[in-house]
Amino acid sequence: MDKKVCDLLIIRNIKLNHDNYLLELESDELLGTIVPGQFVNVLVPDAPSTFLRRPFSIHETNISNNRFSILVKVVGEGTRKLGLLQPGNHLNVIFPLGNGFSRPKNYEKILLIGGGVGIAPMMHMARESKELGAEIHILLGARTDKDHILIEDFSKHGPVYLTTNDGSLGVHGFVTHHPVFSADHHFNRIYCCGPDPMTHAVAAKAAQLDIDCEVSLENMMACGFGVCLCCVTSTTSGNQCVCTEGPVFNTKQLKWQI
Amino acid sequence: MTASGTFGNGVEFDDFIDINKLGGILLKGTTLHHREGNDYPRMAETPSGMLNAVGLQNKGAQYFCEHIYPKVARYNTKVIVNVNGSTIEEYIELTQQIAELEHIAAIELNISCPNVKEGGMAFGTSCPMAEQVTRAVRKVYPKTLIVKLSPNVTNIVEIARAVEAQGADSISLVNTFLGMAIHAESRRPVLSTITGGLSGPAIKPIALRMVWQVAQAVKVPVIGMGGIMNATDAIEFMIAGASAVQVGTANFIDPLITMKIIAGIEEYLNRHKMSSVNELIGSLQM
Repeated sequence: MDKKVCDLLIIRNIKLNHDNYLLELESDELLGTIVPGQFVNVLVPDAPSTFLRRPFSIHETNISNNRFSILVKVVGEGTRKLGLLQPGNHLNVIFPLGNGFSRPKNYEKILLIGGGVGIAPMMHMARESKELGAEIHILLGARTDKDHILIEDFSKHGPVYLTTNDGSLGVHGFVTHHPVFSADHHFNRIYCCGPDPMTHAVAAKAAQLDIDCEVSLENMMACGFGVCLCCVTSTTSGNQCVCTEGPVFNTKQLKWQI
Repeated sequence: MTASGTFGNGVEFDDFIDINKLGGILLKGTTLHHREGNDYPRMAETPSGMLNAVGLQNKGAQYFCEHIYPKVARYNTKVIVNVNGSTIEEYIELTQQIAELEHIAAIELNISCPNVKEGGMAFGTSCPMAEQVTRAVRKVYPKTLIVKLSPNVTNIVEIARAVEAQGADSISLVNTFLGMAIHAESRRPVLSTITGGLSGPAIKPIALRMVWQVAQAVKVPVIGMGGIMNATDAIEFMIAGASAVQVGTANFIDPLITMKIIAGIEEYLNRHKMSSVNELIGSLQM
């Protein structure tokens, strides 16, 4: 689908917990096709210290209403401003950007892994994969029980497994410590999004278990549509832009030391 | 025009704007041989600007001629190649290959890239070297030769006069300012290369001053750039003496910005009852 720059209407801005917001946006034009794993680049209004746009994964879509949502974790001035936006405000957005995850086959069994705000693209992915007929399992990692969000929504699409770094909810430890990996699941593919150390650990685990693995990367970028060449990652085909060749890469493409 | 390195090869903007409405497009910097560029991280957001250290990532001259040129030749605007080298010989060989391409209107000789170890800015920060490379390229390039200057010099007017004397048809300025960013908590540099090139509105007042100085000192047309974010910025560069302007970093934030700037300049001309931008160029009232 063609990329476009639009002022989207904010329908809702829901505070999910102490530092996460779910922003639902509506376009007055048809949205077109959005692939799970694609992202948007958002111009933060009234934030002079935020010079560049901020990229966010598309969390979920509602094509019939021309709506989609993004998950915003407050980490700085720009995301703090986004948390303050009200329904009726507009947000200038470039979308849809990036390649998105591969589509699972209807007979496949897949594991979706999200860490922290990296759970964002997995809602759209879980719903569409289920609609395609795949069997979905969802593994979510967070620092503490207070950082876990949207568990009920995820559980509509398949069994949800949880880990926390401090053991306050689910399995104590990182996502790779969860017994779902040792169980007799025989996943066809793992899809993963989260902080760098987590995606590396998942990639290593997948390689050890000989499971195909796709990761969504979150490199810093200036433009989001392949012209600034700032967000590159080293791949078997040389340096590639995370914004256009990614953000999703099969771990076999990446030159990671795992 | 669009500034090199901020507009890809134009095709990335086809979804957003009608490129034929631009005065010209400057393609991503090209070198004779393939370059992988620098390691990630290559970018740091800074107050009112950004640092980049891309390092001229491109697939080289042969790939350009075979794969990129056919795509850009269809544009009905001036398509200009930004030419880079680490030796005089590389500049000459690349220029000769570009000179064969009918639909390339001009080259912009980049002697100001701050992000490569060898060559690049070294040619633009010394008068004798700037003269030498301009003279050598002038000999092998019959069409319009633009020379892009580095602001990382003590006296930019001297360099501008030197390249004009060696046959430059036009001078574009400024490239990025050498800068750096540090993560205080980790005490590490943000960029993999430690230093990088600063662009965006943070540099505009300095760029404007340099354009004003150079425009007074040379007879060839000057192309102004450095932090242009809107039509007013572009108009200010023309008042300072720029015959044309290039829009760079603003393309990252708003891919429609060039169209808005064109409309804004037209609106300004109408409001001031000017029949052409020529009335604006160098019209600073003292």
